[in-house]
Amino acid sequence: MQKNLRRYWAVFTLPTLICFIIAFLIPFILGFGLSFAKFTTVMDAHFVGFSNYIKAFSGDDTFLPALLRTAVFTVACVVLINLLAFLFALLLTRKMRGTNFFRTVFFMPNLIGGIVLGYIWQLIFNGILAKYSLTLTSDGKYGIIGLIILMCWQMTGYMMVIYIAGLQSISPDLIEAAVIDGASPWQTLIHIKIPMVMPSITICMFMTLTNSFKLFDQNLSLTNGAPGDDSALVALDIYKTFYNRPGYEGVGQAKAVIFAVILAVIAIVQLRLTRSREVEA
Amino acid sequence: MRKQRKISNTIITIILIFLSFLYIAPILIVLMNSFKGKLFISDQPFVFPTFSKQDLGAAGIQPKTFVELKNYWNGVQKIHFWNAFGRSVFITVAGVAIIVLFTSMTAWFITRTKSHYSNTLYYLFVFSMVIPFQMVMYSMTKVANALHLDNPLGILVLYLGFGAGMSVFMFSGFIKGIPVSIEEAAIIDGCSPLQCFFRIVFPVMKPTVTTVAILNTMWIWNDYLMPYLVMGKDYPTIPIAIQYLQGGYGSIDMGAMMAMLILAIIPIIVFYVACQKYIIRGVVTGAVKG
Repeated sequence: MQKNLRRYWAVFTLPTLICFIIAFLIPFILGFGLSFAKFTTVMDAHFVGFSNYIKAFSGDDTFLPALLRTAVFTVACVVLINLLAFLFALLLTRKMRGTNFFRTVFFMPNLIGGIVLGYIWQLIFNGILAKYSLTLTSDGKYGIIGLIILMCWQMTGYMMVIYIAGLQSISPDLIEAAVIDGASPWQTLIHIKIPMVMPSITICMFMTLTNSFKLFDQNLSLTNGAPGDDSALVALDIYKTFYNRPGYEGVGQAKAVIFAVILAVIAIVQLRLTRSREVEA
Repeated sequence: MRKQRKISNTIITIILIFLSFLYIAPILIVLMNSFKGKLFISDQPFVFPTFSKQDLGAAGIQPKTFVELKNYWNGVQKIHFWNAFGRSVFITVAGVAIIVLFTSMTAWFITRTKSHYSNTLYYLFVFSMVIPFQMVMYSMTKVANALHLDNPLGILVLYLGFGAGMSVFMFSGFIKGIPVSIEEAAIIDGCSPLQCFFRIVFPVMKPTVTTVAILNTMWIWNDYLMPYLVMGKDYPTIPIAIQYLQGGYGSIDMGAMMAMLILAIIPIIVFYVACQKYIIRGVVTGAVKG
């Protein structure tokens, strides 16, 4: 069959491959190259070595703060979203009425796009802060706290359905046996449920981690980084370096490369963790 | 024991009802404000619209803030909402269709043939899943402009190319798990590889097709940055059109903004209610496989 199929390689792979080359491969190589160049259009690029990378950290005072801010934001999101989602999942896997309805409601915000979400919450946060004569852009911390709340609202339902699937795949016999042996609900949770859903926990941790780290749309519409760049996360900082600062295109591209490297490292760690667990199981 | 359980279930249900209210509240608040005059939104978003003028004595006069559907008419005209809506529908439907069709074909080919070519392709696709859009956003925009892909038809090429990684990966994962013997039998019986794919393999892949279709629908429908950079002002999709309301000079028309947010949410809710089962299942399998 292989021989037969191989003759059809063009029909099966060329449409995808050509689009992949146009949309990803060429832009990726070009982008990597441009991170070592000074340019305003692709045509006038000239090689400047590592100076863009050096400028990203020293000649530019927004990148490092944005990275740190993003790290804090990401940790807060990962912890809060997963705790809430796991709690919701525990509540919704009990035998009681209406669980389907609640699951539907909690999951719904996840489908709404980032731009729309940002404006919805801008209205609400500004309404609340107005009582203290403040706005979302009075201080960078309001924008970041707002984004954390927004992300919890948006992503908890998503992680919850993954945890529910994990919890439902635990054999009821196992839990029944534990109950007969006199295990308290707390003991079944710690010694059976949590170890059994470890794979789901890994998946959810990494999904929240990468989604928070890459967050852009919500950041743009909620505060657009204001005041100044005090509530800008890395993705928005890269965007602003590219399009709002003439002459800094190369620095923006260098920042994007660093951003990609960090995400690649996260992905490799995730792969290692899931692989090692598969071997154990 | 059973009675205790009943009581705790009631308490949990009450907590959950309260939480679901919190979850829906933001959207209800926007809905409520979409019927208020634009000057009465930012200051007091939590106040219901008033239907008549009221004299509050010492507190002054409370004006009528209910404006019927005025915000909706205003907003629809201002951002040409229906054009944006049609464009979003076209790009999403066409984009998802070509992604499902071409990436499933590619995935079948590279899983069923063992060669350097298919191996290289597979690893390139997996690699592309890790790379964030910011890495390629500038250069992709330039390439797209040079090749005249800066229109609703051309952007489909970019969606197929940039979305190929995840979709090929998911289809390959599924194909690895189905036995090759049926396909071999079909080929021996005289099926061409194309017939074999469309008559035998594709129908078997239905669960993965729904998953891939749903994940890509959610991505393309809500995507802002790529269409904004590539097509920009000429062909706004819904998220771009909404962002333009903010982008004007000076103050934003909050009334139009509220109304357009609601119009942007309605199609999503309809889609969600119609295919809820598939969406949740698709998202779970997508997460576990991806």
